[in-house]
Amino acid sequence: MSGTVKPGYARPLDLKRGRVDLGHGGGGRAMQQLVRELFHAHLGNPWLAQGNDGSVLPPAVGRLVMSTDSHVVSPLFFPGGDIGSLAVNGTVNDLAVMGAKPLWLSAGFILEEGLPLLDLERIVTSMAAAARNAGVAIVTGDTKVVEHGKGDGVFITTAGVGSLDDGIALSGDGAIPGDAVLLSGSIGDHGMAILAQREGLGLETSIVSDCASLHMLTASLMKRLGPSIRLMRDPTRGGLAATLNEIAHQSGVGIEIDEPAIPVHAPVAAACELLGLDPLNVANEGKLVLVCAAEAVDALLAEMRAHPLGSEAACIGRVREDARHFVQMRTRLGGRRMVDWLSGEQLPRIC
Amino acid sequence: MKYIDEFRDGGIAHRIAARLADESDPGRSYRFMEFCGGHTHAIARYGVPDLLPANVRMIHGPGCPVCVLPIGRIDMAIELALKHHAIVCTYADTVRVPASHDLSLMRAKARGGDIRMVYAVDEALAVAREQPEREVVFFAIGFETTTPPTAFAIRTAAAEDLRNFSVLCSHVLTPPAITAIVDASPDPASHAVELDGFVGPAHVSTVIGSDPYARFARDYGKPVVIAGFEPLDVMQAILMLVRQVNEGRAEVENEFTRAVTPQGNRIAQELMDEVFELRESFEWRGLGSIPHSALRIRARYARFDAERRFGLAYRTVPDHRACDCASILRGQKRPTDCKLFGTVCTPETPMGSCMVSSEGACAAHYTYGRHGDDAQRGAA
Ligand code: SF4
Repeated sequence: MSGTVKPGYARPLDLKRGRVDLGHGGGGRAMQQLVRELFHAHLGNPWLAQGNDGSVLPPAVGRLVMSTDSHVVSPLFFPGGDIGSLAVNGTVNDLAVMGAKPLWLSAGFILEEGLPLLDLERIVTSMAAAARNAGVAIVTGDTKVVEHGKGDGVFITTAGVGSLDDGIALSGDGAIPGDAVLLSGSIGDHGMAILAQREGLGLETSIVSDCASLHMLTASLMKRLGPSIRLMRDPTRGGLAATLNEIAHQSGVGIEIDEPAIPVHAPVAAACELLGLDPLNVANEGKLVLVCAAEAVDALLAEMRAHPLGSEAACIGRVREDARHFVQMRTRLGGRRMVDWLSGEQLPRIC
Repeated sequence: MKYIDEFRDGGIAHRIAARLADESDPGRSYRFMEFCGGHTHAIARYGVPDLLPANVRMIHGPGCPVCVLPIGRIDMAIELALKHHAIVCTYADTVRVPASHDLSLMRAKARGGDIRMVYAVDEALAVAREQPEREVVFFAIGFETTTPPTAFAIRTAAAEDLRNFSVLCSHVLTPPAITAIVDASPDPASHAVELDGFVGPAHVSTVIGSDPYARFARDYGKPVVIAGFEPLDVMQAILMLVRQVNEGRAEVENEFTRAVTPQGNRIAQELMDEVFELRESFEWRGLGSIPHSALRIRARYARFDAERRFGLAYRTVPDHRACDCASILRGQKRPTDCKLFGTVCTPETPMGSCMVSSEGACAAHYTYGRHGDDAQRGAA
């Protein structure tokens, strides 16, 4: 859109009282206005401003890493974040744990007719802040509107591209018996923060989601101690239990963890107890699991703890030989048990 | 939080374990059944078997509300959703129980059934108030613990004259199930296990008290120790059982005095009695029909009884032929004795009821206990 034609006759979007209607997804002027006054206004960057069907990006150094993630969290706003920050951080973290530097994101929005524009603005503002914080640009996007009752406010899909320096090859199959398993902080905060917001649970708690971008933490770890790191993961849906099982299966090893070593904040533990959930199965959105050579544990822990997102970092276990690829845990009681994937879906719409 | 940690302290656990090792007689074996799924879960989740002497064996009982629900009752709930287009509200674990025609409530939901997972019956009442034009049925399951809230909900619905709310009552009773287990004559062909005592239910006993267990001690000579749901409670109860056996006593003891009294909760009992009456007989999955072992809604509250309201009929549906749940619930077999365990039957694809809830014997073993299987099965 060239700037010579003045859209003087168009009333600006009524962000205070306005709501998304089907016209906002119709490809006409209403959609143009939404894109311009809301998305571009907040997410503005030279690539988005090109206004073409696709954004032309400069060449990146090193190999490219690409990842995508859809977000359907309910409620849209929760203590510690919202669907916007979640959508940005989720994809940024997927790139970061590959050892990549996140560069560009795309964002696809499915809006439900009736969504207050004020809510949408809040979400987009929060995406912009999260993107700025992560040093990424949202370079292309799309908006569709579905009829009232066919969506739930807003769904957001982001895809991201990052660059990977030569020599970095982190992969889920890299764990070797004898390695150590490190965790950057407490588990279960995100999932329980969401659940506590849901109606009917009667949970009055102070739990705050850990939704955060891990790129700074992973970058400093890779820079200082990269060669001793076998792999990194962010334990989101399915919790720490799912992530450890994935690692064990991909690497063809067993893992043994120590329950007392795993940080769980008291309100999270109490809420899990009440609802019969195991914090090991509850989602996180800003935690890092790292497998490293045993001799690097102290150095890596010190480096993690020096970072605000890693202040509670702990060594929670070790990799061992096990043809069955089991994850086992020494319980607080001193017994031993398996840690399995959670079967079924006890916590829908958590991210 | 402090309260919780106190009951999971590793140091105390080791002291109890040491006493157990010390006091158990190596010349004999001890076989105790924990009746409750909650205990099964605590034992498995905290790795309690690791802390017991090899000759003290815990057998998982039938006290998992989801596991004992027969297929026919799930079929009734599915019928309500798919045929009568009612909103069916139920506890989360229930939706995964396999039913007839390759269905479950979860699959019925995928076929358009309006099935809602709730944490409490109040949520079902709220749905009924919000959608007066729809029929709302609460699929009520569970032992004496979950029964008083259901009774209260029915009374509330009556007081509010809620005309679109009803309950598919599948509440069952603990003492008759224990009777069925101790009555089952040991059949040598099925490797019957003679039980040496019971860890009695925690929450159920807060409602019914400890008195109803007296006859298992008196008439059957089985010690009963009522225990809380914390792993240390269970370990302490096991130690108390070992001592009773060693001393030749059979008594009802109460480890859970912080919550259980001999008479239980009178108010809750009266509430249940006002709304419910005994069924002649009820089919338990795995245990078969047990007389006077379940509750139905009294005639004066008939309009809240989904069975009457929708004219539902119960139909017995046999379990998968190879499923050994029946023997497992009676303590005669272990999950690993079942040919389907861990292969055809897993928590993702449960063939029998004990694999459905995390409190079920097979699911608890699959999720928490498989690491010990190689030792048990030898080289297999
Ligand atoms: S493993 Fe499955 S089929 Fe076998 S007894 Fe257990 S529930 Fe039944």
